[in-house]
Amino acid sequence: MDLGSYITIIISTVFINNFILSRFLGLCSFIGVSKQIGPAVSMGAAVTFVTTMASIISWLIYYFILIPYHLEYLRTISFILVIASFVQFTEIVIQKKAPSLYRIFGIYLPLITVNCAVFGVAVLNTDVFFFAGKAVAGSFLKSVLQGFGAGAGYTLAMFLMAGIRERLEFAKVPRCLKDVPITFIIASLMSLAFLGFSGFKI
Amino acid sequence: MKLLGEFIKGLWRENPTFRIVLGLCPTLAVSTSVVNGIGMGVAATFVLVGSNIFVSLIRNIVPDKVRIPCFIVVIATFVTIADLFMKAYTPTLSRSLGMFVPLIVVNCIVLGRAEAFSSKEPPLKCIFDALGMGLGFTWALMLISAIREISGNGTIMGIYVSKSFEPPLFMILAPGALLTIGLLIGAINYFTAKRNR
Repeated sequence: MDLGSYITIIISTVFINNFILSRFLGLCSFIGVSKQIGPAVSMGAAVTFVTTMASIISWLIYYFILIPYHLEYLRTISFILVIASFVQFTEIVIQKKAPSLYRIFGIYLPLITVNCAVFGVAVLNTDVFFFAGKAVAGSFLKSVLQGFGAGAGYTLAMFLMAGIRERLEFAKVPRCLKDVPITFIIASLMSLAFLGFSGFKI
Repeated sequence: MKLLGEFIKGLWRENPTFRIVLGLCPTLAVSTSVVNGIGMGVAATFVLVGSNIFVSLIRNIVPDKVRIPCFIVVIATFVTIADLFMKAYTPTLSRSLGMFVPLIVVNCIVLGRAEAFSSKEPPLKCIFDALGMGLGFTWALMLISAIREISGNGTIMGIYVSKSFEPPLFMILAPGALLTIGLLIGAINYFTAKRNR
């Protein structure tokens, strides 16, 4: 067990390969929900929870069901179904057991079902941590960490963008660039800043 | 005539990329070269047409409560077909698109059309709607990838446009994609506002 490689995974998924700013996963919700800091962070927390759980579930399915029976080609169908039902299940449980929590981020859960970031992290895990039908060493923990890191990176980008957009309300933006286009342009500048991290040698 | 209208609306008036701003993840991620853009557009169009016909055929059988999971399974099936087909016949393209082929499943355009259109309309209409949306997506993707490939790499479809300038690399990296789409949507808003005035 070498601790360094696990820390590397977290740092690289949060900063170097930030899910929104350099992989373009989860952009729809990034543009849609990043108008205020409060909702943006709640959405980020919900996504982090779901990406972590989706990594665990998809790893279990891939390792114990798909590989032994040579069903790797069913990856897309099985992952999306399991993720969708997991999200629905979580929504129902939270609604029943913790209504106050549900009010904070429950409303974002249905949005997450078709969030590319969640499905993307499941696919990415199997692409990176499985080699020619075999799991690489420590792949379970690495998948979970990558899932968590993806969610954390998503939350970070959401938080930064929401902070900027709150201030943008008072700025004089040309009318044709209002709202969506200016958000893209700001995201582009943020992404340029995040490119700086790719010089990291770890 | 009505069918033609369903076809044409996806090309411009309800263009999925520029007007409804849906399905952005693949649009931005694969638009580094025109070839990738076309490949992604064709794959997405295939999935759209196939799943829209199928969803439309089963629209009266599926109970309302479980319709979303059912639609997702139909879409995932067509995505798997497209993925395997591309792996077999266009392996280079499939490699350069990478994980974005399976990601068509969560492309909002596909599920959006299934939910908003084909779960209510007969199959023939859905074919035209899906073709229009698919081609609208494809040309948007081609436009964005052409801009990025010319400015970031100095080539179009692999052929050099001009060797007299040093292309700024950032245009084919992540920031270039976001900048291109932001300015394009801005330009479209500007011209639409001008014409309406």
